[in-house]
Amino acid sequence: MNKQEYELVVVGGGPAGLAAAQEAYDQGVRDILILERDFELGGILQQCIHNGFGLHYFGEELTGPEYAQQFMENVRERGVDIKLDTMVLEVTPEKDVYAINSDDGMLYIDAEAVILAMGCRERTREAIDIPGTRPAGVYSAGTAQRYVNMEQWIPGEKVVILGSGDIGLIMARRMHLEGAEVEAVLEIMPFSGGLVRNIVQCLDDFDIPLRMQQTVTEIHGKDRLEAVTVAEVDENMQPIPGTEYKIECDTLLLSVGLIPENELSKDAGVKMHDVTGGPIVNEGRETNIEGIFACGNVLHVHDLVDWVTEESLVAGKTAANYLQGGIDKREQEIEVNPGENVGYIVPQKITNDVEDRKLVDLYMRCKKPMEHVTINLYSGDKKLLDKNERRVEPGEMITFPVPEQMISDDMDSLKVDIVKEGE
Amino acid sequence: MSETVEITCISCPMGCDVELEVNEDDDIVDIDGNSCQAGIEYVKNEYRNPTRILPTTARVKGGVLPLVPVKTDEPMPKGLLDEAMEEIAKVELEAPVELGDVVIENILDTGVNIVATRDLPKK
Repeated sequence: MNKQEYELVVVGGGPAGLAAAQEAYDQGVRDILILERDFELGGILQQCIHNGFGLHYFGEELTGPEYAQQFMENVRERGVDIKLDTMVLEVTPEKDVYAINSDDGMLYIDAEAVILAMGCRERTREAIDIPGTRPAGVYSAGTAQRYVNMEQWIPGEKVVILGSGDIGLIMARRMHLEGAEVEAVLEIMPFSGGLVRNIVQCLDDFDIPLRMQQTVTEIHGKDRLEAVTVAEVDENMQPIPGTEYKIECDTLLLSVGLIPENELSKDAGVKMHDVTGGPIVNEGRETNIEGIFACGNVLHVHDLVDWVTEESLVAGKTAANYLQGGIDKREQEIEVNPGENVGYIVPQKITNDVEDRKLVDLYMRCKKPMEHVTINLYSGDKKLLDKNERRVEPGEMITFPVPEQMISDDMDSLKVDIVKEGE
Repeated sequence: MSETVEITCISCPMGCDVELEVNEDDDIVDIDGNSCQAGIEYVKNEYRNPTRILPTTARVKGGVLPLVPVKTDEPMPKGLLDEAMEEIAKVELEAPVELGDVVIENILDTGVNIVATRDLPKK
């Protein structure tokens, strides 16, 4: 077997892996390898040809490929080693990485640190159990996005989209612009998980209807999709009998959620979090296994790539610190726990003593949309900090920066809740 | 007689539903429902001259992919999006393409250019 040694191996060459590798290099690590299974770097950004990326990180509005190219150039300039068309098969707890490609054959890489940056994948028809036949024409929205934007295939002409998250909305506009008829976007929840600007610019602009609290209850068609049955749902998201109607269509796009892709992490013995579906990490994005880090959508699904970049820079920096002689641990670990109306918080714990750090960013999602809220940070019963937001919704990640000087040695847990202003 | 026009402001994630009151001379006489100054600017512009960035793709011969992503380098009039798609569909580029390459200059006399948004090397 082809054996190689690297200080740092980054699994995945999307925005998370690229930023992590770049930062590790800038912190002094020189011996870095990125492993990417596609034929090029950039990850899913390459198919996200719409604008709206980079407003936070670059201060300007870029398309996905422009955002990706910036980081691709950065890692190339730094001389980071890259292997494309390479599938990682296994990462062991000892940080041995097994991979395969058609040039090297089977590869065994002895790494001192590993950053997991595999991203996420889409939930499928099977994951949400839509009954009916199994014709062609049922796609996950991201798959259709790659076909349309990169591979020059149009999935169909008459389209229904299930799920009003951003990918569903963006694909509604894309299919319309490419000449398809988009019959409707259906959303099982009473609110959309997508950004308001996408509802306006992707649906309203083209008079595409958004129907709330409706879902597909049956798929019809023998060889090709012919129609879907749609029903209204009650507050428990159960179809209401008698409300069914049929929409004729040849294409159904599913935008019904993303799942962090953690098969490699689990095999490596990395402990997972029930709610995020990603590894449990400390604020340096280190997992329970020393020297194995995770960042980006493999850790938790982000709303904006800008936050993926920020998080991955943290992971890259901590990995560099680890490689350069270790990380000082706090005497006492601080657990970070979600309180009222908070779905999850990443990181799940604060364990490191970092000299030059000014802030620890807590990333979280609320459980339900609320207006005029106060986000409170507690240590035990003591309130440390609060901030007001005009609106929170589950589709948008909330960043809550905690100043380093507020984190003291006698703490053992932090809690965040989101309540109505004044309560 | 004045008329009320509803516009969802997208200056921030709040997404305020803003009402514009427009008189018979098409002057905006009242703006209501916005939570901040940015909302006023947005809805005025959105009422008078709605513009959009158009992200789409153009065909490429001999590249590692058959398409290269493109966009308008400035927002263009919203009413011309469909026509612009037809203009872009007529184009076939030759690889290699570089990020920023002008694919169509001054599309539909809008003063806006269609530019490539990534490098696309030769196959």
